[in-house]
Amino acid sequence: MNVYEPDKPLKIGTHTLASRLIVGTGKYESLDGMRESLFASQSRCVTVAVRRERLYDGHGKNLLDFIDLDRYILLPNTAGCYNAIDAVRVARLGREILKSLENPGFDWVKLEVLGDSKTLLPDPLATLEACKRLVDDGFQVLCYTSDDPIMAVRLKAAGATAVMPAGSPIGSGQGILNPNNLQIILEYLKSNDPDYPVIVDAGVGAASDVSIAFELGADGVLLNTAIAHAKDPVMMASAMHHATLAGRQSFLAGRIPKRLYAQASSPEDGVITSRPHGSIN
Amino acid sequence: MLTIQFNGQPKTVNEGTTIEDLIQSAGVPVKFCAVERNLEIVPKGHYATILVVDGDSIEVVTLVGGG
Repeated sequence: MNVYEPDKPLKIGTHTLASRLIVGTGKYESLDGMRESLFASQSRCVTVAVRRERLYDGHGKNLLDFIDLDRYILLPNTAGCYNAIDAVRVARLGREILKSLENPGFDWVKLEVLGDSKTLLPDPLATLEACKRLVDDGFQVLCYTSDDPIMAVRLKAAGATAVMPAGSPIGSGQGILNPNNLQIILEYLKSNDPDYPVIVDAGVGAASDVSIAFELGADGVLLNTAIAHAKDPVMMASAMHHATLAGRQSFLAGRIPKRLYAQASSPEDGVITSRPHGSIN
Repeated sequence: MLTIQFNGQPKTVNEGTTIEDLIQSAGVPVKFCAVERNLEIVPKGHYATILVVDGDSIEVVTLVGGG
């Protein structure tokens, strides 16, 4: 029997990804460990940050020497930006680097404009402003946001290529705190536009969180810390890959409705036993 | 001598220094970086010809691990 793989690849704007899992490249103890983990995740899209030149780590190694650019499309982020002007600036610098690397990710950006360094929650007004400016500048904007459905609608209307609601605060590992909000976001953004990509970004702590995101109907999941800071990052990366497949297939297969009472799996007819004395029903 | 801001720090350079000289002094492979001069991106093809001017603010950035 063949392995059952009915899914289509994830399309985000003009880009098509073979895996629905997007992973970050930050916080790894070593670049070798990062490379192995990226491979184990089976992801084909990895996020990177733009920073002042400090190319070489203590051992004279360079992040870009550990990322196979033929395998991975890079998704540069605007992490660390707290206003729209800085976010646009950083996005343009990222585009410049990716163009010189001839990586197809040069025309998109993971937009992240933060409002507060303690919670790392997005600043909605600055995010919307930056999103509009970047769309005007020709970027395909994958927009990090909170799980607020109204904000998600506004970002889509502003031209975001994908909306990426947080499951819970960045790096918190709390999973999806408000699945109801995520369901509303999916309903609103996909109404008459079923292929519009909604990607759960941030908050994943364990593989089950990934599966839950997909079971709710998310098109993709973006995570970093849950792999990079796991006790065994490579094994966790593999778990995330399997959770992606499991969650997505579970969604496509169509779950049974939840019921208050039990429903026997074996036939009720022909039982040779009698019900216990005093049974209520 | 010229005084510029290089990645947020004051730096003294000789007159006639180009953007390319600055990148080379930082030891960065050109294809891994992008350069901003007074908040404007410098096209890669211009690195060898643009001379640094006194008071310039230059940022040389690259990609690092991130989420």
